Amino acid sequence: MAKLEIDTSIEFDDFNLNIDQKFSIEGITALFGPSGGGKSTLLRIIAGFEGSARGKIAFEGEYWQDGNGVNFVPPHRRGIGYVFQNARLFPHLSVLKNLQYADRRSENINEQITLNSVIEALDLSALLPRQPLSLSGGEAQRVAIARALLARPKLLLMDEPLAALDFKRKARILPLIEKLPLRFGIPVIYVTHAIEEVVRLASRMIVLDGGKIAAEGPIGEIMERHDIQSIIGRFEAASLISGKISRHIEAYHLSEVECGDAVLTMPYIDLSVGTEIRLRIRARDVSLALTRPEGISIQNILSARVLEIIEEQEAAFAEIIVDAGGTRLRARITRKSVAELKLEIGMPIFALVKSISFDRRAL
Amino acid sequence: MEIPDLGPFWLTLKLATITTIILLVIGTPIAWWLAFTRSRIKVVVEALTALPLVLPPTVLGFYLLIFMSPNSAIGGFWVSMTGSTLAFSFLGLVVASVFYSMPFMVQPLQTAFEAVGREPLEAAASLRASPLDAFFSVASPLAFRGFITATVLSFAHTIGEFGVVLMVGGNISGRTKVISIAIYEHVETINYSDAHVLSAILLLFSFSVLLFVFIMNRRFPVGIG
Repeated sequence: MAKLEIDTSIEFDDFNLNIDQKFSIEGITALFGPSGGGKSTLLRIIAGFEGSARGKIAFEGEYWQDGNGVNFVPPHRRGIGYVFQNARLFPHLSVLKNLQYADRRSENINEQITLNSVIEALDLSALLPRQPLSLSGGEAQRVAIARALLARPKLLLMDEPLAALDFKRKARILPLIEKLPLRFGIPVIYVTHAIEEVVRLASRMIVLDGGKIAAEGPIGEIMERHDIQSIIGRFEAASLISGKISRHIEAYHLSEVECGDAVLTMPYIDLSVGTEIRLRIRARDVSLALTRPEGISIQNILSARVLEIIEEQEAAFAEIIVDAGGTRLRARITRKSVAELKLEIGMPIFALVKSISFDRRAL
Repeated sequence: MEIPDLGPFWLTLKLATITTIILLVIGTPIAWWLAFTRSRIKVVVEALTALPLVLPPTVLGFYLLIFMSPNSAIGGFWVSMTGSTLAFSFLGLVVASVFYSMPFMVQPLQTAFEAVGREPLEAAASLRASPLDAFFSVASPLAFRGFITATVLSFAHTIGEFGVVLMVGGNISGRTKVISIAIYEHVETINYSDAHVLSAILLLFSFSVLLFVFIMNRRFPVGIG
């Protein structure tokens, strides 16, 4: 796990950025928050692009700036890689030459990264002779990611690399990004305001709001915190749970996943039995019942126990956290239901899970 | 038809070439600084470099003559160093031309560098390119058309200068008599045929240069600059 230490405070016209914290960067760490919350600015400060930014930044114990504005390591000596929102390929060089530009200037400290391995990982061989201006947005961004990798960075910074792409192109690139830390051994800080991307890619998460760190830690922990729900978005309240594929039911194109003592049935996952995976269950997809319902189409009915009841003030909804065989699930139901079912902490209950989505292989 | 003395033509070419090379060397960093600085004195420097555009050449020439005179600090220093005066010499013409044509080098380059912008330079820095490396490997190729425009305009403007030369250089054959002065002299002495030939040469030359620029611009359509 890499250590990044930031102590900086900067005044802008509309907000101040105030950060004094040590971060653990592991795999993909999402830097998440609403637009205008200072995410991109923070990333640019880490990279050294904001020359006027005062403050202290140290990565793995190496000072990039010491807080006195004296020892400022310029961006090209920080050993970072940067993927910009717009690909910023050099328009006067072909795709191959863009890649070689990075390859030739970097010290070869990472044996996993070669021109060929990167071209293969991002599926670029067909694009090599092309000119950047002739590429689609998705193609350009893949080249930009490859180019950043070829700089053999100690830390890869990605600033909303998918923001400008449509859904189909995003879906094509996400799995490629997901593999990067493991395949090339580079920690990534990934800026985004899309919670789906965070959940899909990240193992840790930094939540930045109004220029301040609202939360920082492993993603499962952060997603469960109630004090930052307004930032993450209540609509997306969800449980992230880990499990192991226990069986495939080919006839119905389904898979069974063991999560603690509970077994969930979900659409077929194209991975072998025994694979550890991560699932996401949205709070609004979980209903509660006092008795096991019968004659119902829902496949996943889990016996559980109420752990917590959080009622929203002056609103229609409440969130119930239940323990289903060692797995914490969140259910979003109306306050009226809470009253009618007479829900209490410790009470046995059945959780009806309407839909489960497969996030990714656990890393 | 008699061919007139072509000395002034060659002298003019020599002057324009040397001036343009010097301007490329000193005008590029000035244009770069103007394009990217956030300094408050930027506008002052911008106004200073643009001054020759609006100042009558005779005024610029007059001040340069004063500075080059052996009685002034700079002119006196020059005489003590080299034993000859800067005024009424070819070198004096070069110095005067550099000032006079400065905006024609700086302004197109500044515009071109501004069009390149910080974005590709940040990308280059993230790929380990030092600022100088990024200038040569990214900014210059992207600003290529700006360089062509600036070079040609500076060169052509130096060829066409008259007032400054007259003030600083006078009319000394082989040293300061450039083509525009020679044409003026031919007209004054009612030697219209020689004036015709020199003027036609200048006309053809200027047209060819501009034609070259436009062809180059079409052949290198890299969008920026």
